Amino acid sequence: MSSTVIKVENLSKSYILRHQNVERYTALRDVITNKAKSIFKQKSSFPSKEKFWALKDVSFEVKQGDRLGIIGRNGAGKSTLLKILSRIVTPTIGRITIDGRVASLLEVGTGFHPELTGRENIFLNGSILGMSKFEIKNKFDEIVAFSEIENFLDTPVKRYSSGMYVRLAFAVAAHLEPDILIVDEVLAVGDAAFQKKSLGKMKDVSGEGRTIIFVSHNMEAVQKLCTKGIFLDSGQLIQNGAIDSVVKKYLDVFAAGNSSYEIPLPENHEQKPGYAYLLYFEDIAGNPISEIPIGKFWQVRIKFTLNAKVSGFVIALGVSTVFDMSLCTTWTPSEDLEKGDYEVVFKSDEILFTEGQYKLVVGLSSEKIAFQYVEGAGYITISDVNAIYNDTQIVNTRSGMFINQMKTTITRLNK
Amino acid sequence: MSTNRIIIEPGSESSNYWKDIWNYRGLFYFLAWRDILVRYKQTAIGILWSVLRPLLTIFVMWFIGWLFNSNVPEGVPRILLVCAATLPWQFFSSSFSETSNSLVANSNLLTKVYFPRLIVPASTVIVCLIDFLISFVILIVIMIYYHYIPDIKMLLLPLFLLLALITSMGTGLYIASLNVKYRDFRYVIPFIVQFGLYVSPIAFTSDSIYNNAKIPQLLKYVYSMNPMVGVIDGFRWCILGGKTLLYLPGFIVSVVISILFLFIGVIYFRKMEKLFADVI
Repeated sequence: MSSTVIKVENLSKSYILRHQNVERYTALRDVITNKAKSIFKQKSSFPSKEKFWALKDVSFEVKQGDRLGIIGRNGAGKSTLLKILSRIVTPTIGRITIDGRVASLLEVGTGFHPELTGRENIFLNGSILGMSKFEIKNKFDEIVAFSEIENFLDTPVKRYSSGMYVRLAFAVAAHLEPDILIVDEVLAVGDAAFQKKSLGKMKDVSGEGRTIIFVSHNMEAVQKLCTKGIFLDSGQLIQNGAIDSVVKKYLDVFAAGNSSYEIPLPENHEQKPGYAYLLYFEDIAGNPISEIPIGKFWQVRIKFTLNAKVSGFVIALGVSTVFDMSLCTTWTPSEDLEKGDYEVVFKSDEILFTEGQYKLVVGLSSEKIAFQYVEGAGYITISDVNAIYNDTQIVNTRSGMFINQMKTTITRLNK
Repeated sequence: MSTNRIIIEPGSESSNYWKDIWNYRGLFYFLAWRDILVRYKQTAIGILWSVLRPLLTIFVMWFIGWLFNSNVPEGVPRILLVCAATLPWQFFSSSFSETSNSLVANSNLLTKVYFPRLIVPASTVIVCLIDFLISFVILIVIMIYYHYIPDIKMLLLPLFLLLALITSMGTGLYIASLNVKYRDFRYVIPFIVQFGLYVSPIAFTSDSIYNNAKIPQLLKYVYSMNPMVGVIDGFRWCILGGKTLLYLPGFIVSVVISILFLFIGVIYFRKMEKLFADVI
């Protein structure tokens, strides 16, 4: 029988938005000048301040041992919720009751000091995250082993590669032993192998009866790690329940109908040789779709403009997992193109990807020099509706990135 | 079930705030340790700076005092008189300015982790205190050089050090919380420190103020309201064995004002504390 460890009741948090003040911090000068201005101005008709609700009336409960995933788009209030749960900011309305020791990991390497060595930073970071000196000493060898930086323990971390830095930081955090662990998207760092290791470690942690609250954009990671989910949008709780249903709801709301993506333009794109600006995800017949059933082929159409004649023009499309592991890249043959508007179609009719979300990377170059490169130019979703294997049971679609396409023959040998 | 029940509510002031500070004493220790470790990293002479900086100030102040021929009590080397004032002043000025900037300097911590925020300025003061203790070597060397033997009053020195600590902590806390919201104070701090250097009895003695008939009584009161006057007079009184004046009414005013500063500083800090992460 698991008991409730976190109870959130009618939680709201508002911020005051200042429309005139774009500065991050207030200067006394501005306060004085604004006051002076307001003496001469009769009550200004349009308000310079506006109340913004980052969270509105959110209530939920978390049971002991739950792994709760919080999902939602940027600005949905996920980070605000985490900050309130970690006691960094106070709510405007509402009440939270937490039973147990909380450790929050809102950033990898909080408080790391670049001048200090790896060894010193383990102690510093550990204590910032709430470990006692004794605990850190006990776990020290484990932390070092997990981070794989044994040889650089006495080097200042400012000389570390970013990968080493992240590994060390995560290793410290992974060895926290709180009752409740709050994690914000820190898995979006490090290489794929390390990410896998981190996810595994977090699963282990929750196996020990600890509660985990995890925020991520990465549906796959959330689904793998969490048991329960919360879906926030514009500060409001949209759905709360088992993770699969929450993720499905999220995809229904946001992924559905999204078959075209605007590609962010590079700075001064008018001066560049050219730029891609739209990307469509289509089935093989050219109909826009938001997701494609597993086993069906698909294509991507990209519209681009060339500002001038471009010699040796190549446009490339890469497909990577949402974990940023690159799977394949396709280049068009190099050719000279005149100024004008174009579109290109990349047809995928040989490789079958397994179910999941994939990220598209688009690159444009002239004579092997890239002038536009966009990661996450679009996303494609392969759904788990069986199209080709309707009559056969697929053993496990998660056993690889690609579906088994080999021809198979079974011959009986002992006649 | 668990004893660590936390209730988060708007404006909720955890009744166990001071207990929380005690629970986070490890962090307090590590922050101070970090600042000490980092302080003189990548410097050629390292910890010698803790001695060199006050030493240079002592020479300048000694020179000014000598130039204007300010009063020196009988049998006291001028350099010792100046040193006994410069060391506490250096402690105050460094801990005041570093405390005031401590929250902004640690803003990455404030926005990412929970802990009683009071720990940050408190650990800063401790680092300055250690610097002070190192620089105390200067005083000892000067005393040995002049064969100057302090008397029993020297044992009261920690009390005056505490007064200096209270003063710098109180004013520092107040400015630190203001600095979070109004960065103007970043520019006010050096000014306060520079101004304080001239209105505090460093190149001169308080005797020459209180015993000067030309100075109106009102101005003498204003002078004694500077809490550092009390601290420095106290230091000199201890170190020089009572050869300088410890003007009691003025001293009491200093003490009261120091404690008042600490009181206001802590209250204001606690009041603003909840907003730090939002506005920093």
